[in-house]
Amino acid sequence: MLRIRNLKCYYGKIRAINGVSLSVRTGEIIALIGANGAGKSTLLLTISGLLQDWEGEILFQRESLRGLKAPAMVERGISLVPEGRLLFPPMSVLDNLKLGAYRRSLRREHAAVEQDLEEVLNLFPILRERARQQAGTLSGGEQQMLAIGRALMARPRLLLLDEPSMGLAPFLVRLILDVLVQLKGQGMTLLLVEQNARAALQIADRGYVLENGKVVLEGNGCDLLADQDVKRAYLGKDYREFCEGRS
Amino acid sequence: MLQEVLQYFFSGVTNGAIYAVIALGFTMLFGTTGLINFAQGEFVMLGALGLITLWKGLDLPLWLAFVLSTAGVAATGLLLERLAIRTVRKPHPIVLVIITIGASILLKGIAMLAWGKDARSAPPFSRHPPLEVAGATLLSQSIWIIVIVVLVVLALQAFYRKSLTGKAMQACAINQKAALLIGIPSERMTLLAFALSAGMGGIGGILVAPVTMSSYDMGMLLGLKGFCAAMLGGLGSSWGAVLGGMLLGILEALGVGLFSSSLKDAIAFFLLLGILYLRPSGILGEKAVHRF
Repeated sequence: MLRIRNLKCYYGKIRAINGVSLSVRTGEIIALIGANGAGKSTLLLTISGLLQDWEGEILFQRESLRGLKAPAMVERGISLVPEGRLLFPPMSVLDNLKLGAYRRSLRREHAAVEQDLEEVLNLFPILRERARQQAGTLSGGEQQMLAIGRALMARPRLLLLDEPSMGLAPFLVRLILDVLVQLKGQGMTLLLVEQNARAALQIADRGYVLENGKVVLEGNGCDLLADQDVKRAYLGKDYREFCEGRS
Repeated sequence: MLQEVLQYFFSGVTNGAIYAVIALGFTMLFGTTGLINFAQGEFVMLGALGLITLWKGLDLPLWLAFVLSTAGVAATGLLLERLAIRTVRKPHPIVLVIITIGASILLKGIAMLAWGKDARSAPPFSRHPPLEVAGATLLSQSIWIIVIVVLVVLALQAFYRKSLTGKAMQACAINQKAALLIGIPSERMTLLAFALSAGMGGIGGILVAPVTMSSYDMGMLLGLKGFCAAMLGGLGSSWGAVLGGMLLGILEALGVGLFSSSLKDAIAFFLLLGILYLRPSGILGEKAVHRF
């Protein structure tokens, strides 16, 4: 579905990504892990069209994404749940969700949008209770659900998630991860950036480890969880038992 | 005395309604793009001279002259965005503000060439007798102005609250990056904001044409007063623009009536200085104010 070859991204003269190559197949959950400044978020911002200064190749469903801006990416089926959620705090939960389907509403897909709204509210029942409430008054977990729900309203083929567990209590992290697994079960493809490497690798089919703008390791979720270097750098303790239990 | 004060109040509300609609133009553009357009006053001038030319010069019906004049000014705003603002490679706020000042000088020059230096006037929209309230009179043009401004404000509110485009514009105003990420083309919203904001200025000019002499150089002062009203109410807040406009109009009228007519223009700028010093975000403004 997504193929990236030798990608280099720039913030002015600073190179934030230094020749990354990776691929995402349809229906997979891919985890990108790495320390702060490794280039994970930059990669997502580039794929989502917010960063335009890049070299290399990004193919989405065999089409190049060169020169396309964020609205065009949404149109092609790529949606990003950004770090920090970036909701519209003074607007109601419902308005935030409906705006997620902005481009579909322009195409007058009103019935399908209403149906998807129902599905999102079923996926996150708390949002139904809070539907008329201002988004800014929601708790952190509810805001994260709203951010994911808003992205889903665009009916993406590829959902990019930047640190969805950031600042959330463990039970909320579990809940969000369960939803992501549920979305995968419905056929959606997910590319997940997480500092919480353990959580991300637990649900990922495959993972990539980024360091200083480069992929230094890749493999399936369990292999990476068991990798000594990954454990030392990102997990802090032995998760072999977890993997054995999982298999 | 009460009758006198009421008369000043009516006069203040009339002028305040005009300032409010000009302030709405400022605040609408600022809300969506973060930009202050110092050519806003020239849109007011174009609205006034456009109406006089179409209504009295070409003998078009008033409603048609109103619509065409507003549309023409909105189109001018659209051209300003496409030809001047969007072409800037690194759009630092200061650069954009200087461009709008340049556009103001250009529009004023074009208007001088097109309409000459002579001031023109328009008759009131209708010849209804003035309304008497507790001994004070409210002119029919004042009623027109107040009714049209109320309708404009209500239409704007409905646009923001009910329409998809209005909500998308609000989303851009709240967080442009987030708006882009859900597929809202911010460039199109900016273009629309310029057109609507210029249209607001045009309506301000149309309303003011029958109550003052209109000429190519009328825009600067009206624009600045609209800016004062927007700052007073809080840039970015529609209701703030209305409140600021009304407050400015009423204080100006009371100042002129109770103290001296030479104070008329000074009052606006005293208020502006006061609000910048005491509460830079304005009465209803919420956003943090920062220097750039």
